[in-house]
Amino acid sequence: MNGIVIESKNLVKNYRMGKILVEALRGVSLEIQRGEVIAIMGPSGSGKSTLMNLLGCLDRPTSGEYILDGENVSRLSDNKLAMIRNRKVGFIFQSFNLLPRVSAMENVELPLRYSGVNHHRQRAQQALEAVGLADRMKHRPSELSGGEQQRVAIARALVNNPAIVMADEPTGNLDSKSGREIMDLLLSLNRERQMTVIIVTHDPSIASQTQRVIRLRDGLVEEAA
Amino acid sequence: MNILHQFLEALRGLSSNKLRSMLTVLGIVIGVAAVIAMLAIGRGAQNSISNSIESIGTNLLYVYSGNRNVENLINPKPLTLNDAQALTDLVSAPSVFRAAPVLQGQGDVSYSGESTNTSILGVTSDFALVTNLKASEGELISDQHITSRAAVAVIGIDVAKSLFGRSDNLVGETIRVEGQPFRVIGVLESKGGSGFGSEDNRILVPLTTAQSRLIKRASLDQVDTIYVQAVDANSVSKAMEEVTQVLGSRHHNEVGKEDFSVLNQQDILSIASSITNVLTIFLGGIAAISLLVGGIGIMNIMFVSVTERTREIGLRKAVGARKLDIMIQFLVESSVLSLIGGLIGILLAWGIATVVGRIAAASGVDIRPTIQLDMVLLATLFSAGVGIFFGFYPSLRAANLQPVEALRSE
Repeated sequence: MNGIVIESKNLVKNYRMGKILVEALRGVSLEIQRGEVIAIMGPSGSGKSTLMNLLGCLDRPTSGEYILDGENVSRLSDNKLAMIRNRKVGFIFQSFNLLPRVSAMENVELPLRYSGVNHHRQRAQQALEAVGLADRMKHRPSELSGGEQQRVAIARALVNNPAIVMADEPTGNLDSKSGREIMDLLLSLNRERQMTVIIVTHDPSIASQTQRVIRLRDGLVEEAA
Repeated sequence: MNILHQFLEALRGLSSNKLRSMLTVLGIVIGVAAVIAMLAIGRGAQNSISNSIESIGTNLLYVYSGNRNVENLINPKPLTLNDAQALTDLVSAPSVFRAAPVLQGQGDVSYSGESTNTSILGVTSDFALVTNLKASEGELISDQHITSRAAVAVIGIDVAKSLFGRSDNLVGETIRVEGQPFRVIGVLESKGGSGFGSEDNRILVPLTTAQSRLIKRASLDQVDTIYVQAVDANSVSKAMEEVTQVLGSRHHNEVGKEDFSVLNQQDILSIASSITNVLTIFLGGIAAISLLVGGIGIMNIMFVSVTERTREIGLRKAVGARKLDIMIQFLVESSVLSLIGGLIGILLAWGIATVVGRIAAASGVDIRPTIQLDMVLLATLFSAGVGIFFGFYPSLRAANLQPVEALRSE
């Protein structure tokens, strides 16, 4: 099932830092096909975090249109955006962001609890099996290695069958071996499930494994290779 | 997200910071315990006072000089023996059965080194009949003692115990009242419970003896109170009217501007209960301040908790938590804190009430603090309310965090 999953038209994002108006994005237009693996690269200050926040529906653009999975989400309310994130976006963070006091299983269940669906346990279990952690379900994050923790986060990201998975420096806190494993896992999930994966990184070796790289500079797309 | 899950999660969150949670709960525990204990003691005092007033008899009136319902009352005339005499007139006061004039004072009573301070009542033979007193041994004040101004005393059971260490076989002993020797002729039967001015902690002496030797007033025939007994319980209000009329004309008062007051049992009960009510509200109010402080403690700790968990809030929002979800999460947490505090506080209050009751009983005061269901419900609701009220603002702040900023925080 192919088609456009992300379409942005002239996205602009300004915000204030004290008295200074920062123009983080100055008109970004892009299209991403379903099933693509994309890297967003750029030096710090280029606006890649801002772009990720917008694409992940964590924030609204100052102007411009953003259509995610056929739905215009540019001007939705906070609560509507929360529902969109819940159903259509999975997040993977550099620092994992797992809840420390609960088991891997419950961490993976978290998005399901906010979506009101049933069979939490079963779906969380399947997600954990898909990332190869079938034998670590009852462990707490502190009892898992960094690579394992990131796998739990990946399981959490895909438990709701989202349209896109946003990964922000997913290997940034890992040693190179675990980092490679995580990348392999993301790529294989992409192949097996046709999952759209957007990776924000400044590591060229990560970017080289993706099908397409979007480079940002000064709030604009530099080139599309 | 169902509420049970929220509840368990709140418990788990709170138990990960045990000391902090315990200290926060402690504020509520003290507040709730103080409020309930004060209400319980207040109600106990109220019960005990109204019991002791009722035990005196229901067809009783008290007449005393002065009237707080009349403004600018100057120099009220004192009541006299003749006033008391006039009240027994069958023609002008047919509903009055007996009138007992009383002189009342406070003094030291001693017996071979033991000494106690007690109320001294100068009475006539009618007093025992009017107030329904009986002697557990010996006799009461008689007319003969009055005419002979005898130096005799009938002592209350508490006085007997503190002077002699026993309550029987006391007739014939000589005690000193304000330094003067008096022969004990009887011991009063215990009236049981009482609030102020225990019925058992007093001595009776002949009115004439008191006038001349113990309780000096401006004129010899002055008395402090006249106890009036109505013919029966139904004629109490009629007797009140007659007493007012007879004394009013004797004192040359205008109608409605009497310089004396007539109270019946019901008036006294309602005065007593209004006093204890004020006292209870006052004590409860002070205790409520500590509950307020406990609530502020909760608010404080909830702010800390929100700040600490900003990242967690950001994550929850990123995976789809709406404002209400976050709000409820923190409100449940603060309510759990204050509810736990409330429950422990109720237990503590029960303990305090029991201890206070024991202490009161041991020191001869009959106050039984009573914890009733309404107090427990009030305290539980109140503490849950405190949790929600003081948790509201921190929760709102958590709910309104922007996911982008919350995720960025360290």
